[in-house]
Amino acid sequence: MEKAVYQRSKLYMGGHPLCSGCMHGLIGKLILDTLEELEIAPENTTLLFPPGCGPQQDFCININTVMVGLGRSAAVATGIKRGNPDHFVLCWDGDGADAAIGIGDVIHAAARKENITVIMVNNSLFANTGGQMAPTTLLGQKSTTCPQGRKEDVEGYPINLAEILAQVEGTRFSARMAVYDPAHVRKAKKALKTAFRLQVEKKGFAFVEFLSNCPTNWHMTPLKSIEHIKEMSQLQYPIGIFKGE
Amino acid sequence: MSRIVIEKELCKGCEYCVTYCPKQLIHIGTAFNSMGFKYAVPEDKEGQCTACGICALMCPDAAIEVYQTEK
Repeated sequence: MEKAVYQRSKLYMGGHPLCSGCMHGLIGKLILDTLEELEIAPENTTLLFPPGCGPQQDFCININTVMVGLGRSAAVATGIKRGNPDHFVLCWDGDGADAAIGIGDVIHAAARKENITVIMVNNSLFANTGGQMAPTTLLGQKSTTCPQGRKEDVEGYPINLAEILAQVEGTRFSARMAVYDPAHVRKAKKALKTAFRLQVEKKGFAFVEFLSNCPTNWHMTPLKSIEHIKEMSQLQYPIGIFKGE
Repeated sequence: MSRIVIEKELCKGCEYCVTYCPKQLIHIGTAFNSMGFKYAVPEDKEGQCTACGICALMCPDAAIEVYQTEK
């Protein structure tokens, strides 16, 4: 008899238009696999997408999704969660939304101890709009709005949101994970499970940041972009759990 | 006996599965799919696949499924 070792989740069909090697797809697959494993009912779940690369997976996901304004997902999630306390609400943002225009929304949602989960995919650029500098762009990294490379005297320093949120009293769980090799993917899944369980058990605000790549705007092959995460991104954004078990 | 199934229309040829397969059983073929990508092809003539599932785990396009036949 043949058994499936790995089968595509019923919630995630694949076939998204993301670029070749974009880890957004891998992270999406991981999120939906974790939801399925924890038996969180899809009809009782809402994903919130701000504009960006994430919502391109919208039509290959069998779950309710809401498109919100850039950076406003934590605020909209607050409304949905307070109106439906038993509903599972997940914000699926990029670094351009959470670390830039939406940083206030996220920090205040954490301070209010909202019982929601926020996922931030950090590819250190505004990738969807053509690779402009984001608050998470690394020092020296070139983008279309800092073609000479980011300088601390002109553009300032990168923002480490997972560490900032770990200092907020209302945050229950804050972690940064990577998905560039199988070992890190498994660790990331474990962190996701912890974050999702906290919401199911109504224990408070959970935040998980993912180090991601952008082969298109970094002008690299997918495999080279993985090396870039290991050698460059990880120095600025260390992987680990900053608050919580 | 294990079987790797790659949905060629979902594959974008990023080579993550090729890089991470511990037995090096996957390669990028020469044919193109309808999106214009050269897609990954599994080749396991000697039955070396252990069904570890790493290829499926690392695929960002959810193109890979792995099956194992129970004895």
